[in-house]
Amino acid sequence: MIFIDTANHISALAAKMAKPHVIAAYPITPQTTIVERLAEYVESGQLNADFIRVESEHSAMAACIGASAMGARTFTATASHGLLLMHEMLHWAGLARLPVVMVNVNRAIGPGWNIWSDLNDSLSQRDTGWIQFYASSNQEVFDNIIQAYKIGESEEVMLPVMISYDGFTLSHTSMPVEVPEQSKIDEFLPPFKPAWKIDVENPITHGNIVPPEPYMEIRYSMQRAMERAKKIIEEVGEEWGKKFGREYDLIQEYKCDDADYVMVTMGAISAEARFAVDELRKRGEKVGLVNLRTFRPFPYEKLKYEKMIVIDRNVSPGLGGVVYHEMKKTGKDLYGFIAGLGGVDVSYKDFERIYELAKRGKEGWYPLEVK
Amino acid sequence: MVSFRGEIVAIKDLPLDEYVLKGHAACPGCPITIALRIALKALGKKTILVIPACCTAVIEALYPKTAFNVPILNIAFEASAAGASGVASALKMLQQKDITPVVWAGDGGSYDIGLQALSGALERGTNFIYVCYNNQMYSNTGIQRSGATPYGAWTTTTWTGKKERQKELAEIVMAHHIPYIATATIAYPEDLFNKMKKAKEIKGSRYIEILAPCPPGWRFDMSKTVEMSKLAVETGAWVLYEVVNGKMEFNGYSKRILEGKERKPVEEWLKMQGRFRHLKEEELAKIKEMLDEKWKEYKKLYSSETSPDK
Ligand SMILES: Cc1ncc(C[n+]2csc(CCOP(=O)(O)OP(=O)(O)O)c2C)c(N)n1
Ligand code: SF4
Repeated sequence: MIFIDTANHISALAAKMAKPHVIAAYPITPQTTIVERLAEYVESGQLNADFIRVESEHSAMAACIGASAMGARTFTATASHGLLLMHEMLHWAGLARLPVVMVNVNRAIGPGWNIWSDLNDSLSQRDTGWIQFYASSNQEVFDNIIQAYKIGESEEVMLPVMISYDGFTLSHTSMPVEVPEQSKIDEFLPPFKPAWKIDVENPITHGNIVPPEPYMEIRYSMQRAMERAKKIIEEVGEEWGKKFGREYDLIQEYKCDDADYVMVTMGAISAEARFAVDELRKRGEKVGLVNLRTFRPFPYEKLKYEKMIVIDRNVSPGLGGVVYHEMKKTGKDLYGFIAGLGGVDVSYKDFERIYELAKRGKEGWYPLEVK
Repeated sequence: MVSFRGEIVAIKDLPLDEYVLKGHAACPGCPITIALRIALKALGKKTILVIPACCTAVIEALYPKTAFNVPILNIAFEASAAGASGVASALKMLQQKDITPVVWAGDGGSYDIGLQALSGALERGTNFIYVCYNNQMYSNTGIQRSGATPYGAWTTTTWTGKKERQKELAEIVMAHHIPYIATATIAYPEDLFNKMKKAKEIKGSRYIEILAPCPPGWRFDMSKTVEMSKLAVETGAWVLYEVVNGKMEFNGYSKRILEGKERKPVEEWLKMQGRFRHLKEEELAKIKEMLDEKWKEYKKLYSSETSPDK
């Protein structure tokens, strides 16, 4: 069935169809309409879940951790400052290997208060052990949320999963989304069978003091799980494709085969970049696009193009664009641009301009340093 | 003797089941293990403990072992009430309604950094028991002041004695209209046991605060933990009561004080503790004055609760 709705309402719908037992969430712009819709689903009996109306995001994540440790399927959603407040508990969920699923609606960080999009909130959570997906359309938002449960709950993975998408550009923009029947979703996503859970018949202590050597083993096992997640993400994306007609990988490539230059983007701006590729191709430019679907695990093996133009909607002050620096591991020629912070519009015209600049060997803050 | 309500009247009536096992890492004379041993005898096997950073998180034993015979979910310092909310929700949704989620947190994790999560959980009517064992400081990190540290007490962040008065968390909890609140201390194991047992039978949020005299923190000999606990009650430095559905009832020695029995001079309690060694005359006078004031309040509450037109 085709739904025409905002990414936030699509998120709530996807969460509902994944049938979580426990939802704990706190409102923040531009995520709020997710929480409102979920509360409505629960109160009207359309969703049989316990909705914990927590007093903060820190508590939202703590509650998801408590519920997930009991073997319950959980969901939460947040944005920006809410995500930052959760930071400690994000590490906790990751190290406890609990497959909590969360939507983060990307929003710039204050001060000054800014409710528009950039990716600094979720990229600041880089090392928390969460799998990170980015969506560039409302359809991807839906598809990623359902797949997130299957990936995170896989015995080979057992990691929490965050699905991020741009505030307003997606969160409050209606687009058509193909939504499968509930029975088809149920076939795809069986009930959660946790690898471990708290059980009074087996009184074990979870998360107590751990000496250095086993601590390092725990960290190592997390790293291995992230590596295995690459395979699971591909498999689940392929299965999704077979069932629902839209196949997914860690990256999405567009007109890359004969490209001399490939632009690399993440999030909603990928849609503009795609349009720019079409425009540039009309003028005979051999350019392609890679949209990064996952940031963790980072798909560097798949970024095999000789000249890549990386457009970061984020910045690590003192270093530069986060994705650009992560991509140095590829050993390819990279041209790094920082653009669109705090919701500055990045249109297809800007991508065309960035492409021209990169061809001339330039890089930097667009348009503050190079334009 | 065990009464018809399952209440016990003497220590010999405590169930023989042990949930605090040998090999835990508490200091000798630690009040936490005494309290937990009694509490778990009342709560039984179908209990899940949620424990934040505190001494108990150390006592419970080093990975991969455990010293308690019930499952434990450790959680971040300020997050125990929220973590337990998740556990309680999952128990409800997964149809495991005979299991009691119990937070076991220190005063730091309850009065200070965890107060927001605690207040939120109580306001939501979370179906759990929250236990704050109050040793009146942060002992895990080496004896720093907390919101529960009394006026005048030495800690490693109040070298010349704390300049402020402690707050009353149980009274803050009362403002949340929860069905059951109780205070207790380890010198009266029957009282602690009965309160735990009663709490277990009630639905909704239940709060129990246990005074826990800590030998290294309060600077007294490790053989004197129970005495210190008893004297706190006899001098009125600690008070025993229950609040059931908003109705307050004092118990034990505290009730007897209100009925006219002597409240021992608080110096007797203070002088046994190295943390008050430096107290000046005027500081001691201030402590006594604050305590008298508090007991006047208790007296008023007591009279209103016991007045015939109630
Ligand atoms: C966010 C955070 N801040 C600080 C700490 C360090 N810390 C661990 S336990 C503790 C004090 C605990 O005090 P209390 O709750 O009274 O329990 P006790 O140690 O007395 O048993 C502190 C400050 C921490 N673990 N987490
Ligand atoms: S410091 Fe005090 S509370 Fe902590 S383990 Fe030792 S005796 Fe117990």
